[in-house]
Amino acid sequence: MTATGLPPDSPDTRAAGRGLAGAGTGSTLSVPRESPPAVRSLLTRLGPPLAVFVGFIILWYLYARFVLDENGRKTALPYPHDVVSSFFGGADGSQPGQLLSALWLTFLVSLIGLVIAIVLGVTFAVLMSQAKWVETSFYPYAILLQTVPILALVPLIGLLFGFGFSARILVCVIIALFPIITNTLFGLKSAEKSQHELFTLHGAGTWTRLTKLQLPASLPAMFTGFQISAGLSVIGAIVGGFFFGRGPKDLGNRILLYSSRLRPGELIAAVILSALLGIVFFQFFGWARNRLTSSWYQGR
Amino acid sequence: MTADATTGAAVPSGRPGSPVLQFDQVGKIFPDGTEALRDVSFTVDKGQFVTVVGPSGCGKSTLLRLASGLDEPTSGRCVVDRSNIGYVFQDATLLPWRTVRHNIELFAELHEMPKPDMERAVTGAIELVGLSGFEQHYPAQLSGGMRMRVSLARSLVMEPPVFLFDEPFGALDEITRERLNEETLALFRREGFAGLFITHSIMEAVFMSTRVHVMSGRPGTIVASYDVPFDYPRHPELRFDPTFAELSGEINHALRGAHT
Repeated sequence: MTATGLPPDSPDTRAAGRGLAGAGTGSTLSVPRESPPAVRSLLTRLGPPLAVFVGFIILWYLYARFVLDENGRKTALPYPHDVVSSFFGGADGSQPGQLLSALWLTFLVSLIGLVIAIVLGVTFAVLMSQAKWVETSFYPYAILLQTVPILALVPLIGLLFGFGFSARILVCVIIALFPIITNTLFGLKSAEKSQHELFTLHGAGTWTRLTKLQLPASLPAMFTGFQISAGLSVIGAIVGGFFFGRGPKDLGNRILLYSSRLRPGELIAAVILSALLGIVFFQFFGWARNRLTSSWYQGR
Repeated sequence: MTADATTGAAVPSGRPGSPVLQFDQVGKIFPDGTEALRDVSFTVDKGQFVTVVGPSGCGKSTLLRLASGLDEPTSGRCVVDRSNIGYVFQDATLLPWRTVRHNIELFAELHEMPKPDMERAVTGAIELVGLSGFEQHYPAQLSGGMRMRVSLARSLVMEPPVFLFDEPFGALDEITRERLNEETLALFRREGFAGLFITHSIMEAVFMSTRVHVMSGRPGTIVASYDVPFDYPRHPELRFDPTFAELSGEINHALRGAHT
């Protein structure tokens, strides 16, 4: 209700409006002489999302300050600055650095899980691309990996493999494997028929064809698969930690703890950290893909 | 300039004037029942540049696939030494992740040519097709004509005695196409390979060739053959010579006759 009640010239809407107008005039009309082009392009790129962020924070403050529940009490939503301070150990007795050590554990679990998923996924995709029978025999199970509800599987994994690191890594591998297999397989098959014929004409064997044609051709799709799976692997690590209440105190574990103890500040901080970790993973593989393929691949 | 069906009986060998590529009553019926070629017989001799001209979809390209071994004929036989054939596809078919130089190295690499020989051959081929200075470019940065030059250079590295051209310049603009025709002829003269060229352009066929075969629509078969009387080197102005026009007219007539 606060949102709809805002006058049209409230600070956040004006900020957003300015950002957008700046972007529009910058590209169509005259350029302000004082700002160099690099700074200007950075502003037009970052300005609008930054304005949205500022608007969001302002709404958050207004909501936390003025919105009451039906009993007239303040809602449980903490202020943004409370969330920020809980990164460094909250006012309600949590230890400083607790979240950071949880983040480190989650980082390790998701990274190891992702690396294993990449090795397994690429290996399976290569085998599937080389022999049709491997594909027809194993692909249905790869789909099964994707469709089985991970939430139902996690308790089972806990029962079978315990609640430690290896069980959590297993959750990551299961959740991250499918996109790597499908994208890599798609990439391996993306080499054109005429390109294959060049290799046939010059007597290339299976290995030469794989290393000089199929694998290079698959790189863009393969790295898209890595990128998707990187985000999923972080989710896998959180889900694993969340379900395995016992064992290492990672982010998922902390999220469970904070929600059961009604500590929304820390909870939000933990959620933000896990999202940031996912973004870092995602961006890393996007960057790696561009480094490897941007000189020759124009995304089709 | 008489219409006849050439039959070569000799076994291919490397002697000048002897056949290096021979089609002997070749027929091709695809598994789906389409008859692409019927009873095609002609030879390409060393030092010859032979063109097959015909409309799209008449089975011309199939002829090259049979010659190279990418497909096998269902009747008759193709006689050619398949260990080293230059084959230029309709599309340049470059590997987009390789630079110009690395693309040109590809066949040499596949045949495990020793490194120093490869370096020398690749540099030579780059110079021959006029791509010096573009070695580090990627295919996506090149024009269609330059990509075709890379494709040519890639095969030139292997110094093949037979070159198959599958409408290589069909997608290019006229100016680029004419220039590449002239450059290909210069290479033909210089390298001494035998050429089998497929096109649907009569002017291209007459300008390039020592001999032109006219192919009918499906099933493709040779309906007329012409010797081209002009000496090499051929100059661009030859295209406006009255004899050139007369021969082109005859071939045009034969083509129309085969497709009505």
